Amino acid sequence: MAELHFELVTPTRLVRSEDVYMVVVPGTEGEAGILVGHAPLMTALKDEPLQVWRNEGGAPELIRITGGFAEVSLTGLTVLAEHVID
Amino acid sequence: MASLKELKGRINSVKSTQKITKAKQMVAASKLRKAQANAEAARPYATRLAAVMGSLASKVTVSESSPKLLAGTGRDAVHLLVVANSDKGLCGGFNSNIVKAARLKARSLEAEGRKVLFYLIGKKGRAVIRREFPGQILAGFDTSTVREAGYAEAEQIARELLDLYAAGKFDIAHLFYSRFRNSLIQEPTEQQIIPVPVLNAPAPKVAAIETAGAAIEYEPDEEEVLAALLPRYLNTQLFGALLENSASEQGASMTAMDNATRNAGDLIQRLTIQYNRSRQAAITTELIEIIAGAEAL
Repeated sequence: MAELHFELVTPTRLVRSEDVYMVVVPGTEGEAGILVGHAPLMTALKDEPLQVWRNEGGAPELIRITGGFAEVSLTGLTVLAEHVID
Repeated sequence: MASLKELKGRINSVKSTQKITKAKQMVAASKLRKAQANAEAARPYATRLAAVMGSLASKVTVSESSPKLLAGTGRDAVHLLVVANSDKGLCGGFNSNIVKAARLKARSLEAEGRKVLFYLIGKKGRAVIRREFPGQILAGFDTSTVREAGYAEAEQIARELLDLYAAGKFDIAHLFYSRFRNSLIQEPTEQQIIPVPVLNAPAPKVAAIETAGAAIEYEPDEEEVLAALLPRYLNTQLFGALLENSASEQGASMTAMDNATRNAGDLIQRLTIQYNRSRQAAITTELIEIIAGAEAL
């Protein structure tokens, strides 16, 4: 199955650029699970962790971000975050 | 004619100056590489954000209810000039070029009857502006406490600017910094930052997000997303300016120090020739004296 192209960008660097199964983003209007082929969407994010599912059924990896903004286009998901807390 | 001892002293002092300029040049060259890498790393975020802003801006119309950051205060009586300089000298005309651009703008605004205030970033240029525009410095930001001005500093500056804006201290803000073209050319640049000029900005070159006709869904809605993004856009603009500035500073410093090192080399050569000639003249005089003395016997 095709995979979702996921990019996580901060002002200082490109943190992630990889193909994953699904990313759950904490939108201000509620969480949204983004799979490949999701309709174009732009949403501001709450300061909560992103859940990155590398493959179906595995455990999600959590990435804590603040000041996030998610953009889904035909090319994939881009998350613009002001800070990524390691 | 200077004595031999004096000449020797001057040669030595020029030599130690040359050592300093040479060292500074090499430091600047390595810092320039780092600054360029930083600017490179910041690009994906900036282009992405610009693309998002561009596509949003085309969907939102500016009205009374729009955020103040976008629509402005409705007046343009007080202009704030945000002047970004460096903290250190030894970089040629870098700081004075920026200050000059800001000064020209300030004069032309004043000629139009507008009030001009300054917000200064960095240590340099303060004295000049304080002398020429006494009492017009609204505030400043000290970047000398950190090694390199980064995103955290940009955020802090943006916050201070927004506070001042919210307090009604100014209506329009312009940012002055130096755009880095290459190590020989740095262009002093002026840019309006508040109100955010997204709507009249040229469409970003990065092909705005491809949607192939599909409508983009906005959560909560276009205007709120835009309002959330505006301060972030300001941060990014300031951050970009700080990065460009630090690259420009190092570039200017490298070029200026290269020239200085070369001038010092020329000077050393000239002084050395003068020194050798004087020494030879002294030896000749001494010889003549000895010979004359021997002949007299």
